[in-house]
Amino acid sequence: MKTLNQRAWFFVLPVLVLVAFNALIPIMTVVNYSVQETFGDNLFFWQGLDWFQQILRSDRFHAALGRQFLFTGLILAIEIPLGIIIALSMPRQGFWVPVCLVTMALPMLIPWNVVGSMWNIFTLPDIGLLGYFLNHTLGIPYDMTQSPIAAWITIVVMDVWHWTSLVVLLCYAGLMSIPDAYYQAAKIDGASSWAVFRYIQLPKMKTVLTIAILLRFMDSFNIYTEPFTLTGGGPGNSTTLLSIDLVKIALGQFDLGPAAAMSLIYFAITLLVSWVFYTVMTKGDTN
Amino acid sequence: MARITLQNVRHSYLPHPEGDDDYALKEIDHSWEDGGAYALLGPSGCGKSTLLNIVSGLLTPSEGRIRFDDKEVTELPPDKRNIAQVFQFPVIYDTMTVYDNLAFPLRNRGRDEEIVKERVSAIAEMLEVTPMLNTRAANLSPDNKQKISMGRGLVRNDVNVVMFDEPLTVIDPHLKWKLRLKLKELHHRVNATMIYVTHDQTEALTFADQVVVMDLGVIVQIGTPVELFERPAHTFVGHFIGSPGMNILPCEIRDGGAFFHGQNVALEGPLTKAGNKTEIGVRPEYVVLAPTGLEGIVRRAVDIGRHIVIEVMVGDTRISVVSDGDLPEQGETVHLQFRQDQTRLYADGWLASKARS
Repeated sequence: MKTLNQRAWFFVLPVLVLVAFNALIPIMTVVNYSVQETFGDNLFFWQGLDWFQQILRSDRFHAALGRQFLFTGLILAIEIPLGIIIALSMPRQGFWVPVCLVTMALPMLIPWNVVGSMWNIFTLPDIGLLGYFLNHTLGIPYDMTQSPIAAWITIVVMDVWHWTSLVVLLCYAGLMSIPDAYYQAAKIDGASSWAVFRYIQLPKMKTVLTIAILLRFMDSFNIYTEPFTLTGGGPGNSTTLLSIDLVKIALGQFDLGPAAAMSLIYFAITLLVSWVFYTVMTKGDTN
Repeated sequence: MARITLQNVRHSYLPHPEGDDDYALKEIDHSWEDGGAYALLGPSGCGKSTLLNIVSGLLTPSEGRIRFDDKEVTELPPDKRNIAQVFQFPVIYDTMTVYDNLAFPLRNRGRDEEIVKERVSAIAEMLEVTPMLNTRAANLSPDNKQKISMGRGLVRNDVNVVMFDEPLTVIDPHLKWKLRLKLKELHHRVNATMIYVTHDQTEALTFADQVVVMDLGVIVQIGTPVELFERPAHTFVGHFIGSPGMNILPCEIRDGGAFFHGQNVALEGPLTKAGNKTEIGVRPEYVVLAPTGLEGIVRRAVDIGRHIVIEVMVGDTRISVVSDGDLPEQGETVHLQFRQDQTRLYADGWLASKARS
């Protein structure tokens, strides 16, 4: 016979409090804003789902969402294959292993706003190392405050520089866990290097790659600091990603209701894509 | 299928080996006959895996040559040597089905799908894995995974040699026995040369017709299981094979006879060489408790089921005795006698007595 002991709840309490203040209360505040209209003075009017309809139908939101998917798509398309290639070409043992690992980890240790500022200065046409070199030495007109293409190239290259290492390190860890016997057996079985990659390395990297893609998807989809410090969303609106647009609506125009509705939609998209991706990737593992 | 000849093979993992101690393999000169079942037996670090990898081509020896029949293969990579190797931990291609796993070595060599199908079915039949052919290999139990790795080695009908590198390490004890018999059966059916590396004497002795015992990078003795047991060529073999191992007793040589603790011990026959360190070797199975003889004190006696193992201290030398009699008391004084035709002399570790003909 089991004795009923309700005291166990006290052990869960700290977590509940933490989650409440950390997630539940802020999210509910946002939900609260998203269905009301305010003109200040703490006066609120019930608005229903109007803000959601307005956001979902607005061209501005569609454009920002489109830019966001383009950005994240480019980031994943470049960083994942590049990360795999670098991880494959890294030494497996010897003096160069720690050198490579530390070099790889360095960009990730730099604070995000510093990365933005660094690249801003780096690419200035008059005094930046890269900007000056491109404009004055090679004669290629490059100014990301003028050209949307240049701005896009810059934010993508910056993110690749900043975050490819994460993919590399995760893949490298996956590769290091493959016992030598697998490579030896493949050699004896006469497998080509493509077959070794396809049937040994890729399957063994699958778990870490899933994590890497998820992390890179979420981080790049929610990216704010670096492009904001670098381009501020410009020139024009050309690099105004979802998060930058959101901050403009919330803090620039002080439209709290639409901003709250947009946050929730933004959150729902991130969650949905991550969930679908994770479910699909891990489906075959159990049976 | 081929006869494999190793000619003065030496190997060191160091780029510039100096002394003999730098070599993981010190001078191996040996032939494996076509179609034989061999075991390479030795403790961890004795160089047996190194030797195996040299035969398979995963390692190129620092010195010496390897020939398959008359073909020089020293510099050839593994896939050009037409060999198969089964590793300690089962290597399977997780994402493929069992069928695709078995077909992989054939497909890599561009064989027709028809031939692939025929070979894979035949091998699956032999290994009794036919019902699993369409399951994903990742979902198999360890023993079935190991069967699949063996199958990948056997599926090519032209392999020169199949090598096993301690293949039963991860297999449950009750399945080990079954797999070992399976291997033996496979050897008879496919008739390929097989080399089996292990540090487990039972595995080596059940599998092989000829056992190669290695220690510290050299081959100590090559022989049938019976030869290794009956006439170890070196005290290492005597000690390593058998459970408990051979009793090795330091002795003095005087007037052509061996003296242990002042008592003359009758040897199997005349001495063949002298040495600085001389020892008497006699297996516990050939030591008997008798009314007279070498006096000692029972230190421990254990009933291990079929017989009892008694540890007797003579001075500070321990002698193991395997006996079918009653369990003696600890501390009891007993007398030991050695069966003369099984009592050998070793000089500097090597056999130094000759059987009387």
